[in-house]
Amino acid sequence: MIEVRELTKYYGERAAIRDLNFDIRPGEVVGFLGLNGAGKTTTLKILGCVLLPSSGQVRIDGLEVTAEPHEVRRKIGFLPDVPPLYDEMTVGGYLAFAARLRGVTGRDTPARVQESEDKLALRDMHDEIIGNLSYGFRQRVGVAQALVHRPRLLILDEPSAGLDPVQIVEMRNLVRRLRGEHTVLISSHFLAEISQTCDRLLVIQAGEIVAQGTEEEIAATLGTPGEIEVALRGPATSALDLARQVPGVLDVQIVHSAAHETVLKIRAREDCRPEIARALVLAGHQLLRLDRGAARLESIFIELTHREKLS
Amino acid sequence: MSAVLLIARRELSAHLRTMSGFIIAAAVLLVDGILFNAFALGAQQDKHSAEVLSDFFYYSSGTTMIAAVFLSMRLLAEERQNGTLVLLTSSPVRDREIILGKFFSAFAFLAMVTLATAFMPALIMVNGKLSIGQVAAGYLGLLLLGSAALAIGTLGSTLARSQVLAAILSGAMLVGLIVVWLLAAVSERPLNDVFLALALWGRHFPPFQAGVINLRDVAYYLLVTYFALFAATRVLEARRWQ
Repeated sequence: MIEVRELTKYYGERAAIRDLNFDIRPGEVVGFLGLNGAGKTTTLKILGCVLLPSSGQVRIDGLEVTAEPHEVRRKIGFLPDVPPLYDEMTVGGYLAFAARLRGVTGRDTPARVQESEDKLALRDMHDEIIGNLSYGFRQRVGVAQALVHRPRLLILDEPSAGLDPVQIVEMRNLVRRLRGEHTVLISSHFLAEISQTCDRLLVIQAGEIVAQGTEEEIAATLGTPGEIEVALRGPATSALDLARQVPGVLDVQIVHSAAHETVLKIRAREDCRPEIARALVLAGHQLLRLDRGAARLESIFIELTHREKLS
Repeated sequence: MSAVLLIARRELSAHLRTMSGFIIAAAVLLVDGILFNAFALGAQQDKHSAEVLSDFFYYSSGTTMIAAVFLSMRLLAEERQNGTLVLLTSSPVRDREIILGKFFSAFAFLAMVTLATAFMPALIMVNGKLSIGQVAAGYLGLLLLGSAALAIGTLGSTLARSQVLAAILSGAMLVGLIVVWLLAAVSERPLNDVFLALALWGRHFPPFQAGVINLRDVAYYLLVTYFALFAATRVLEARRWQ
């Protein structure tokens, strides 16, 4: 779907991104991670045909963005970091305008507007003036304009920025629902969101891609141990030893211990959740919860950005 | 519907839905009315209707140019300020279509405001004799002058990062083109002919005031409009490389 080769963009003398190379396959949901100023927005703007690269090649669905930007833009839905909303328009009027701009015919426009409003739960807001909407609804309208023409590729730059926890969960669920319908490239500072919604990660630091692949692949490259959290009913003194005996486990710590529940944090070389679960259940422990630690992607991200800073 | 019409229609409705459009329209009508009463009609009793009308167009040309600067300053600078320009630049719309759509919306609004002053020539007609030809020529001149001023304003709005800067830049370009005839007075031929030919107002507008339509003057205003819009398109294209 996306082929990026030696992509470079200079702002004056400063290279915002340098020699980026990556591919995104059709239907993939890819997370784009990086610190502020790492080059994420510049890359997304080039992929969205808003900016032109200084050098390099970008092909989207087989089309070169510098040679055929007009055709490429038909295939893309782009949500920039600030949703491009006209405050004086109604939600319905704005989405219809966006649809017509992207080549949807007058006859199809009402159905497409309705479809995108339904996806974003905006149906009740159809006649509302955008300027009167809350931040969360504005962000939803921003995503709806990117979806309204059913693009093959959806580029979302920080879609969850500024949202409250409930809205973040809603946005995460929306991205999950888009899987299969669109190829999605999403940048975000919320690592949990990326971890739970994306098939693959691209990590950019100081204008260069420093890692790409699945979370497991990147973790394996870095040697970052997996983190697993286990909750058991009641006190679990023997669980500590059982978990330590599972192949691949490096370290086990008790995070919380009470009469009714014990929580263990397990550091492992790889994802060995099935083996841990089997060992504990066979030993008669009542397993309440077992999941991958949320901090895993965080540690990968910190490791990568730290390495780059040092180099 | 073409992208130009689509953008123009949205822009025009923005002019009509926001206060700024009505403030500009009200200000133009108020200032034109005051100038008409105070200066075009004046205290002179034996003034011919044709002279009153000519003076009306003289003063209206100034308000039209100022209104054009205020109308055009928001066209692209406001979109860049608010981050909405990316909706257009990420859509399958050509940069020239964006510029033309914006320009036509502002021109349509300016034309509505300009034609709303028609009650003043009608007042002259009630109290005196008036040539319809002079009225038509005068309004054609105002629309052509407004078109050129709007195109220059569109260029200023494309160049500037804020609306205020856009207004200053457009105003400076307009004033430059108006006072260029001063250079003609201090230069020799053939240079002074060039300066005179370039003068936005002094050389090309007075014939319209008097009811005379010269192809040369019409072509001049259309060319200024074309070149300013062409330059604005190039600036917008160049921004993608920045």
